[in-house]
Amino acid sequence: MRGAVPLTAILLATSLAVGNVAATDVAPAVHAAERERIEAIARASKAAVAIFAGEAGGGSGVLVSADGYALTNFHVVQPAGVAMKCGLSDGKLHDAVLVGLDPTGDVALIKLVGRDDFPFAELADSDLVEVGDFCFAAGNPFLLATDFRPSISAGIVSGTRRYQFPAGTILEYADCLQVDAAINPGNSGGGLFDAEGRVIGVNGRASFEKRGRVNVGVGYAISSNQLRQFLGCLKGGRLVDHATLGATVATADDGRVVVSDILESSDAYRRGLRYDDEVVSMAGRPVRTVNALKNILGTLPAGWRVPLVYRRSGRRHEILVRLAGLHTSGELAKIVAGGAEPEQPPGNPDPDPDPQRRGRPGDPAPHGAGKKPEVVLPPALVGLYEPRNGFTNFHFNTLERDRVGRQMAARQPLPAGDATWVMSGRLEKGQPFRIELSDRRAMIDLPTGTSSIDATGELDATPAPPGSGGLLAALVLWRRLLREGAASLGRTTYWGTVPHWSAAAAGNGSESTAAPGTPGGARLVDVLETAASSVEARFLVADDGFILGVDLWPTPDADPCEVRFSPGSGWPEAMEVRHGDEVFDRFRIERIDVEAPAADGQNGGAEGPADGGTT
Amino acid sequence: MNAGLMRGMTVVRGWMIVVVALLGGAEGWGGAKAWGASPEETIAGAARRVVKLYGAGGVRGLEAYQTGILVSPGGHIVTVLSTVLDSDSIDCVLDDGRRYPATLLGADPRRELAVLSIAGEDLPCYELPPPDQLPTDPAEGVVPVARVAPGSRVFALSNLFGVAVGDERVSAQHGVVSAVVPLEARRGAHEAPYRGDVYILDCTTSNPGSAGGALVDWRGRLVGMLGKELRATATGVWLNYALPIDEVARGYRGVLGTGPDAEAASPDPDTLPYDVTLLGVVLVSDLLDKTPPFVESIRDGSVAAGAGLRPDDLLVAVNGRSVASRSAVQQRLAALADGDPVRLTVIRDGGIVECDLGPKPLAGRRP
Repeated sequence: MRGAVPLTAILLATSLAVGNVAATDVAPAVHAAERERIEAIARASKAAVAIFAGEAGGGSGVLVSADGYALTNFHVVQPAGVAMKCGLSDGKLHDAVLVGLDPTGDVALIKLVGRDDFPFAELADSDLVEVGDFCFAAGNPFLLATDFRPSISAGIVSGTRRYQFPAGTILEYADCLQVDAAINPGNSGGGLFDAEGRVIGVNGRASFEKRGRVNVGVGYAISSNQLRQFLGCLKGGRLVDHATLGATVATADDGRVVVSDILESSDAYRRGLRYDDEVVSMAGRPVRTVNALKNILGTLPAGWRVPLVYRRSGRRHEILVRLAGLHTSGELAKIVAGGAEPEQPPGNPDPDPDPQRRGRPGDPAPHGAGKKPEVVLPPALVGLYEPRNGFTNFHFNTLERDRVGRQMAARQPLPAGDATWVMSGRLEKGQPFRIELSDRRAMIDLPTGTSSIDATGELDATPAPPGSGGLLAALVLWRRLLREGAASLGRTTYWGTVPHWSAAAAGNGSESTAAPGTPGGARLVDVLETAASSVEARFLVADDGFILGVDLWPTPDADPCEVRFSPGSGWPEAMEVRHGDEVFDRFRIERIDVEAPAADGQNGGAEGPADGGTT
Repeated sequence: MNAGLMRGMTVVRGWMIVVVALLGGAEGWGGAKAWGASPEETIAGAARRVVKLYGAGGVRGLEAYQTGILVSPGGHIVTVLSTVLDSDSIDCVLDDGRRYPATLLGADPRRELAVLSIAGEDLPCYELPPPDQLPTDPAEGVVPVARVAPGSRVFALSNLFGVAVGDERVSAQHGVVSAVVPLEARRGAHEAPYRGDVYILDCTTSNPGSAGGALVDWRGRLVGMLGKELRATATGVWLNYALPIDEVARGYRGVLGTGPDAEAASPDPDTLPYDVTLLGVVLVSDLLDKTPPFVESIRDGSVAAGAGLRPDDLLVAVNGRSVASRSAVQQRLAALADGDPVRLTVIRDGGIVECDLGPKPLAGRRP
């Protein structure tokens, strides 16, 4: 111990202080550090939620917004159904309603009601967490807290990027944090906090063994970055699925991670990934082991698109891959209903530390208690729940869709009536283009020829112009979304959030507006999903209401037409169009004229004055 | 014991404050920014010297993995003697994911310590204190130290539950040395053979796979090796304990035959299992109450190989007395005095074969 003099001094001083012997000897830094720690725990405690699911038991949660959204585990709320009671550290009990579920990741989002100024904790960037970092859990182990004040257990981060096998196809803990802070039954769903009281994870699982279902210093938390990636989808009231690549990988004899099988129907296959290709990185993270790829995939929602780098014959290829879902929505619904009890893999640590029953901590979780009780909402929650297939609570989807709709409307007020929009400018190689959009017709003039479609009918006919994958149809829907609003355009729902790779950077980098804790630092943007006129489309919408892009699928399971707009003052100033692996063209939009409806109503003023813009 | 526990708790409270102070950017120890300057760096440095071991087992309650500590740049590893090592193919995975086959050099049955070897070069390792420096403090700057006092804060690094695979780092737990006491423990019905001092820890290290892990102080110096899963004789509670580094060093030198500790390493024949691996025989894993003593493999160049023993032989007698199970083989061998002639009778291809192995070697000696 000779070398550790300053540390020993601190220790000694601290021990003395704790023993109330000679407080004056304690270094001010130690006092300050202790004060900070106490304050961090006090802040975190306010955000801690004690969840009671009636007879079914309960667990913990953590508030992440002032309007009452709280994260917890799927396995905590599953027995509760739609409504639950939540206690906060001030001793007050609030009603809460189920908002969104991610059964695969064991995550649930609930919303507490009764205040619009709930105390909440910030989600930290869990990629910055290091082994050895101080951390603490605030939760309701063994449902001890009758006054709802959380129990605190402190420890260190024991491991990062751990992979814990799923039970069947659900409750997979990928890329999770391992801690030696005591995680006991009832801690499930509660926050794991860093030294500053920010959420680095949600505790949900622990390795148990022959000593029964109590802490043995090995707990696991879902990382805050995974939670952030799912939060948008969860807020939309969805029943969210996890991603699959459509390919499996294995470790080759020389240690490379190679594709061992791939579905020809997968996007990865269409983008060029083949059997025996070496996977180098995914979503901006290196892949050196099979576990590493599982870790990355396990934190991504189905439907996301992420960069993937692979190597073949020494050559590096970089592609953007659209990830499919692990389950069908029917399968997920069945799991939530408790119909498909997952099989526990043998020898696996118990995924479910919740006792669910007060005073009987050893009880296994009542997974099978899945028969849907009739939903009787307490008065405070009336009007906050709407069941719908494929969703957890459709009410919240409407809320989110309307929020995005309001943002779009505020960004760009549009003239009423059936005006024709005429966009003109130059293509990448300098030739002029001209696009006309009206309620009846869409037309594009390109050096290669003129194409037009009937905007009033089905949009899934031959995609026009040729090679674009359906640019005119995408622009027709874009115009209708801007004019009619999200609520009136076909069947439009809120999808969630996706990382937005700027048009120029797509395929080889990330946005300059880097956001913490997202793949490659890409910004997360809202997505609206529309089914209208026999096609499906997704709209990417920025915080300020600007429509960043449209992906349009004339037929499902084919490559979409991808349009990415660059924001200008009001209207977009540029547009990049991609289909499959090809850039169709880049359009520099020099002017957009909104023309009054033509008198004859047939020709739509197609030969209008916007010509001047192209010269 | 009570006092020790109370003291441990007091120090835990102090510990957290220091953690926060360190996270707040406090400089460590004379301004040196060497590893050990913060908990994160201490653990990262220590983890490079800890390996994941995979061998026999795989049945529930009998895991096929444990932990080891690198103690020489050339690839010597100390770990606990366990059924995991009852295999002719022990795999060792380093912190950076490199995988090596490991061979058993020998064992100290009293301390239940085994020494493995991998064919490495310039590996990160702990330097165990040489015999003449035990148990005094080594010079400043040398990584290992002698014993730490109760109340010392420590990190335990181990392959617990096998959660870390490939290049994933072993798990780190924090704790306090609650007491330094002689071990009185048992595993199942059997007494544990070691009776010397151990560190009793306040963190749960008696997890599957933890055995053989490193116990380090806050500067990253090795202070002990995590023991196997044992229960206290008096109370039956699971013990979280570690073998102090001086005992680890004595066991290691004894196995290598380089230390003055051959006596300390030799088992007490009345109570100790004698490990048949010392003869170069690897028996099938002892998974059942009466596991038939089939030979799994024979180490090249060992006494057993010289005597003509072969894999798949079934041992039926030791020095003419029948042995019905693996444990019976161990007991018979243990009952022999060092230097007594060893004669094994085996069934091979339906016939009886006698094999003379010469005098029983000293425990702890490399066969």
